[in-house]
Amino acid sequence: ESCPSIKNILLLDSEGNRVAVKYYSDEWPNNSVKEAFEKSLFTKTQKTNARTEDYVFNEVGGRVIPWIEPGRVSNEDLNTTEIAMFESHIIVYKFVQDLHFFVTGAENENELILVTVLQGFFDAVGLLLRGTVDKKEALENLDLILLCLDEIVDGGIILETDANVIAGKVASHSIDAAAPLSEQTISQALATAREHLARSLLK
Amino acid sequence: ADYSPFLGIEKGAVLQEARVFNDPQLDPRRCSQVITKLLYLLNQGETFTKVEATEVFFAVTKLFQSKDIGLRRMVYVMIKELSPSADEVIIVTSSLMKDMTSKTDMYRANAIRVLCRITDGTLLTQIERYLKQAIVDKNPVVASAALVSGIHLLQTNPEIVKRWSNEVQEAVQSRAALVQFHALALLHQIRQNDRLAVNKLVSSLTKGSVRSPLAQCLLIRYTSQVIRESANNNQAGDRPFYDFLEGCLRHKAEMVIFEAARAITELNGVTSRELTPAITVLQLFLSSSKPVLRFAAVRTLNKVAMTHPMAVTNCNIDMESLISDQNRSIATLAITTLLKTGNESSVDRLMKQITNFMSDIADEFKIVVVEAIRSLCLKFPLKHRSLMNFLSNILREEGGFEYKKAIVDSIVILIRDIPEAKESGLLHLCEFIEDCEFTYLSTQILHFLGIEGPKTSDPSKYIRYIYNRVHLENATVRAGAVSTLAKFGAMVDTLKPRVFVLLRRCLFDNDDEVRDRATLYLNTLGGDGAVVETGEDVKEFLFGSLDIPLVNLENSLKNYEPSEEAFDINSVPKEVKTQPLAEKKAPGKKPTGLGAPPAGPPSTVDAYEKLLSSIPEFANFGKLFKSSAPVELTEAETEYAVNVVKHIFDGHVVFQYNCTNTIPEQLLENVTVIVDASEAEEFAEVASKPLRSLPYDSPGQTFVAFEKPEGVPAVGKFSNMLRFIVKEVDPSTGEAEDDGVEDEYQLEELEVVAADYMLKVGVSNFRNAWETMDADCERVDEYGLGPRESLAEAVNAVINLLGMQPCEGTEVVLNNSRSHTCLLSGVYIGNVKVLVRLQFGLDGPKDVAMK
Repeated sequence: ESCPSIKNILLLDSEGNRVAVKYYSDEWPNNSVKEAFEKSLFTKTQKTNARTEDYVFNEVGGRVIPWIEPGRVSNEDLNTTEIAMFESHIIVYKFVQDLHFFVTGAENENELILVTVLQGFFDAVGLLLRGTVDKKEALENLDLILLCLDEIVDGGIILETDANVIAGKVASHSIDAAAPLSEQTISQALATAREHLARSLLK
Repeated sequence: ADYSPFLGIEKGAVLQEARVFNDPQLDPRRCSQVITKLLYLLNQGETFTKVEATEVFFAVTKLFQSKDIGLRRMVYVMIKELSPSADEVIIVTSSLMKDMTSKTDMYRANAIRVLCRITDGTLLTQIERYLKQAIVDKNPVVASAALVSGIHLLQTNPEIVKRWSNEVQEAVQSRAALVQFHALALLHQIRQNDRLAVNKLVSSLTKGSVRSPLAQCLLIRYTSQVIRESANNNQAGDRPFYDFLEGCLRHKAEMVIFEAARAITELNGVTSRELTPAITVLQLFLSSSKPVLRFAAVRTLNKVAMTHPMAVTNCNIDMESLISDQNRSIATLAITTLLKTGNESSVDRLMKQITNFMSDIADEFKIVVVEAIRSLCLKFPLKHRSLMNFLSNILREEGGFEYKKAIVDSIVILIRDIPEAKESGLLHLCEFIEDCEFTYLSTQILHFLGIEGPKTSDPSKYIRYIYNRVHLENATVRAGAVSTLAKFGAMVDTLKPRVFVLLRRCLFDNDDEVRDRATLYLNTLGGDGAVVETGEDVKEFLFGSLDIPLVNLENSLKNYEPSEEAFDINSVPKEVKTQPLAEKKAPGKKPTGLGAPPAGPPSTVDAYEKLLSSIPEFANFGKLFKSSAPVELTEAETEYAVNVVKHIFDGHVVFQYNCTNTIPEQLLENVTVIVDASEAEEFAEVASKPLRSLPYDSPGQTFVAFEKPEGVPAVGKFSNMLRFIVKEVDPSTGEAEDDGVEDEYQLEELEVVAADYMLKVGVSNFRNAWETMDADCERVDEYGLGPRESLAEAVNAVINLLGMQPCEGTEVVLNNSRSHTCLLSGVYIGNVKVLVRLQFGLDGPKDVAMK
């Protein structure tokens, strides 16, 4: 049990409905329990995220300082990973467009390991959907999303966290050396995907 | 915009579509689409009946004919989702085994994962050879697939997986990061019960370079484990492997840095020198732009602050800026950390910041803050005014039951522990019940007012608040208010006439409990409403503590059958049974219990009492005072296992020897224990009850009874010898030979000690109980305990020596505290109530001042 483990990976839409989910822990014995968990998690994280706009300025120790610190305005940082304690789990999450990505781990799990998994999933989906990361695109390529989940975690154990490798395994028709999607093209695709994301966020 | 390719999807139709899997000319694209639809249905929580699942499974197996790689991937996922039964697995086994030996790495990796997921032990031996090869395969994806499958299979087929350790060990050296991670996880799990092997593994890997950050995190965890386990036999000198952990603080991956910092903070008895580099790293994380880093750091520092508040104070400035963090989890953790580490002068400033913060966090966070404020107030009693004000302000705001309860509990504790806070605290509570929607809290507060109110300088000012409840509330609260009024009448003579007037009005209440209480009080308080003193015995009868554990009372009442004979409260056993830690500390709880505490395990005292009274020799010994826990008189795993239970009566002691014969080839007969009481002068043997026969593995008892001076806590040492006739038993038939040999077996000595004469009986309110006891009975003494391992160890030793019940959770000693006060209560033989206040101090030679 000292091996890091993932309890579930969730991809929900902007109303908290499932796009694709995968549970690796039997803490949620049936579908209604799972749905209840997703709904309350969604509601809780919605609230925290909705505040983003209200907190541009904050009073800290009597001084008013702008919230966005230096170094945080880069495109990448705009899309930060958030974290919450929820029902004795640690949950890390990321939202983009109408898609909500969640990864759940145990209360005492190293938070940064969970983030690595979330980031791997998030970036791999971005690659596989060629930068258009939204619900419609995800549902139209649901087979890719499901394969992606299958390649990230196996029975709760982290299988792979590198988005390039994950996407490569899903998209390619082979993982042999002569794969059509070489490292080069994948990192290019990733760059385009990031750019696309940033642009749609800044709109 | 709400277009979905699965709009209007319907299970029946998709199952129909799945027939294309049977087509002689397969269309891979179309088949993939149908599988996606099936997976979509399952993912949305749809279920297939057994028949449907079987049908789909068989259809899917047909798809192995297709050479399309994309389709094959979907088939693998689909088979895992269907989790086929054993007889179905056989159908796909050969196809999967073929894929497992294929030239295509992707096939091999996935076939291994699928096969290992659905297989049982028998199949595993067939494919074991391929799996061992796969572990050391040059393709990292194949190796990882085999290793991860190994981790899963270790749970179900450990003996097989353990045979792979050579290959796994080789894989630990892999250049591929993830392979190294998976191999290390599996290798450790294979060896986890072998401490020496784990030790070796850690020693060799901490020297070399582990490439994968995940593997490095694992190594840090295993290292901490080794440190933890070696701590006991390595007292002096530097901690082994500490340098490795410290080195990891400079790793390039944040994941590893954090893992190491956390591991250092969690070291047993960590010193501030060891802590410093970890705290420095965590402090840097506090000002990171990434919420996850801030969260991880503040959560860890919060834990450190509980045991080493001074080590965290350096981070206070960073911590303060986190109060306004958008992420409320981070803000709450920051605040509670500050409350733990702050000094007296910063309290007011902190409180101002928290007030703004409280209105926009959820109840669960508020409770955490309230609890932190309570601890802070106990730490800085001089600040009680502002902290109490804060609590009363938030008490008036909106909130759920748990939150309000946390506030009320905190105020009650502050009133108890800080005398100056009492009057203002009581008034805050009075105001709260004027408009409180929770019956439970109202009755708790009323009860508490009854205890504390009469002792204040002007008790009369509370009467109005209490009497208002009689008008305005539901029956439960009204009944509580009547009892509280009566208490004021009983304790404050000058108020008695007014209380009587009010109580008389309650005689017309429409609830019978309220009327009954009023009637009882009017008739027992005496004086007919004149200014006279209430008799001590009346007070004791009405308001005294019940002296017996409620669980026991509840059990006795349940067992009581209505008859001519009235229920006798003295028949309720007083021994406290093992009490779960959680239900302690219920401030202001009514002795009659509104919410009855959860029933404890059934009392073994009853069983002993029944057993002993069934033996004629012991029948006239009177009432059983106490039975000790069993004391082992033999080492574990000897031929005969014997333990003894000491039963204490007023003028007698009975030893009950529980014997077990662990030799199948022997039958023991006429078993007795010969007791030598030469070192126990006040005891004289009066009876002995042998055990007729003791067959293999079926325990039996033999008894020896002693007489001792009545009511005197005589102590002494007894040596024991087991004497019996041993007969050989034929193990095949189970029949014993006719002739036996007399034999003896030396047992360990047993002692009757002072604690045997002490019953663990808790009191609900130690302070009240202490104050009501006569000052003449008080004895104060000091004892030097000599050098001890730790304060906690000393406290435990004294508790065990005295055999008394720790009260109010005071048996728990905080880490690193220099002094401790422990409250004990019990009943000594002859029904003498005893309360003990132990003060422990730690200064060079450890002195104990005992009151």
